[in-house]
Amino acid sequence: MFSLERWQEVFQTIGKNKLRTILTMISVITGIFILVVLLGVGEGMKNGIKSTFQDDAENEISVYDGVTTVEYKGLNPGRKVQFKNEDFEQISRTHASDIDKKSSMYRIWSGLISYKDESGSYRIEGVLPDYEFIEKVSLISGRFLNQQDQKATEKYMAIGKKVKDDLFGDKKALGKMVEVSGINFKVIGVYTDPGGEREESRVYIPLSTSQKVFGGGQNIRQMNFTIPKRDNYDEALAESNKIVSKIERDLKSIHKVAPSDASGIRVRSTIEETKRFYDLTSVISIFFWSVGVATLFAGIIGVSNIMLIIVKERTKEIGIRKALGAKPFSIIGMVLHESIFVTTIAGFIGLILGLILLENLGPLIDTEFIKNPEVNLNIAVTTLGLLVIAGALAGFFPARKAAKIKPIVALRDE
Amino acid sequence: MIDIKDLHKSYQVGKNKLHVLKGINFHVEEGELVAIMGSSGSGKSTLLNILGILDEADEGSYHLDGTEIKNLTEKTAARYRNKFLGFIFQSFNLINYKSALDNVALPLFYQGMGGKERTERAHEYLDRVGLADWATHLPNELSGGQKQRVAIARAMASHPKVLLADELTGALDSQTSYEIMDLIQKINDEGKTILVVTHEPDIAQMTKRIVNLKDGIIIDDKKIEQQKALANV
Repeated sequence: MFSLERWQEVFQTIGKNKLRTILTMISVITGIFILVVLLGVGEGMKNGIKSTFQDDAENEISVYDGVTTVEYKGLNPGRKVQFKNEDFEQISRTHASDIDKKSSMYRIWSGLISYKDESGSYRIEGVLPDYEFIEKVSLISGRFLNQQDQKATEKYMAIGKKVKDDLFGDKKALGKMVEVSGINFKVIGVYTDPGGEREESRVYIPLSTSQKVFGGGQNIRQMNFTIPKRDNYDEALAESNKIVSKIERDLKSIHKVAPSDASGIRVRSTIEETKRFYDLTSVISIFFWSVGVATLFAGIIGVSNIMLIIVKERTKEIGIRKALGAKPFSIIGMVLHESIFVTTIAGFIGLILGLILLENLGPLIDTEFIKNPEVNLNIAVTTLGLLVIAGALAGFFPARKAAKIKPIVALRDE
Repeated sequence: MIDIKDLHKSYQVGKNKLHVLKGINFHVEEGELVAIMGSSGSGKSTLLNILGILDEADEGSYHLDGTEIKNLTEKTAARYRNKFLGFIFQSFNLINYKSALDNVALPLFYQGMGGKERTERAHEYLDRVGLADWATHLPNELSGGQKQRVAIARAMASHPKVLLADELTGALDSQTSYEIMDLIQKINDEGKTILVVTHEPDIAQMTKRIVNLKDGIIIDDKKIEQQKALANV
């Protein structure tokens, strides 16, 4: 099937019919080009959504205190519930086997931070070391807070990239002292957060330090946990729901909050949002793939049509070949070989053009909803595979028609 | 070489059945040069198609070099055509984007012959028809007579048992026709069996036997005194 002679034949026919071949190739190139660009943009949308929705761990459970709304055990509604360190410790202890990362938090909504002449108001959060993983921050330089800092009540601070840019500009921030309400903190780390600017304009200090410096005593504002990763979503959801209800039950009984009270103590799990996120991205994927494949399909039908015309045009030649002893399979092979070759080459060009466009235009597009439009190797390979199948498909029906041509009909003088 | 017994063939034309061949009995020995004559509609083309394994008879038997030609698959038919037969057509039927050499080499390609041997053999046959210098030319750069010579070289290259020529001089002027017939006579003199379908009496006179076909039956079959084509040039 792939002998040198066959290749020579293919090149000869292509060379003799340049316009026809170019037209065929253009339809395939367009199809593949659109497919690749669509998939790239689809991927970009997924990335955009990912960074918008997925700034925190996807298996996180957050617990907040609030104000009761239901009368319970003789206590009036409207009572403020206040979490303490011991609540966090007890929950961590009771559910140790179900919990992966854990942190509690004391928060100052707005604290004035200054360095030399620059200053700004930022959210200051006292957290435990695990918070690094719960919030999914990644350090650009230095380190996050550790257990030692917590124990020693160190006046250390990990600052977001936005804070660093505001206060330090291009200068190095690591090791510098910044002032918060007249107290000096040392910058030990600068981080970025997939949540973007909003989450990068926060600073983290050890929980113990925050409670001491800002007069929090034993108070905490919220608790965050993650649960170990599961193999599939349904399992993770079941596990998460079980733990959520256990934590809620325990805390409500400690703080005498009615089991039916939805606002005294709130436990929230990100896993349901994760589910929404997965659903959304798969819908986007399906949409872009279907549009792309449909476009490609249109291209293939175009090729198939042109191949049919080619076969019609070459009826006489095929008749001659058959009279000279060409077997039906050899005719099918000839037509198939040509169409697979043409679609593959054209598809490859379309693929390369699409990749070049994404590569050059991709970095320029950076709206909130499209980030890094890209096509990964997997998709490129899939597309190439599709192409070869497409070429075979586009060639098959015309080829079969060609093989059925009766030499006697083909050779009849017009 | 060719043995045909009681051959029938009909075509469906609309609702009517057209009986084209009505019992043909026909025998050709090796080395014969036979002209099949007849007006249009006499069934001579149909007979040639059946002889050329391009079409199948409805009834009767056909033996070619001792092999029965019956109920062949497309694949076997293709193999037999390649092995037994060489075709020469009125309109030459060369592949117009292939050089003279490549055209001659094509049946050898379908025989599965290797590239180098193929080129050698094609060259040899182009030389025989006097076109060695035209090997790289495309058909549209050749005159009608030259095209027919290429076609004859192509028909000969695969060493067939029988050459079948369908109105091979129909598209040529008489001067060129006689030159082509001279070539045919020479090939026949070397022992090749050749069948020529024609409606031109002077061409028929250059064969050794004339078979006259009318309304689907052979009305006349006689050996004749061969006229040398060269005498007319």
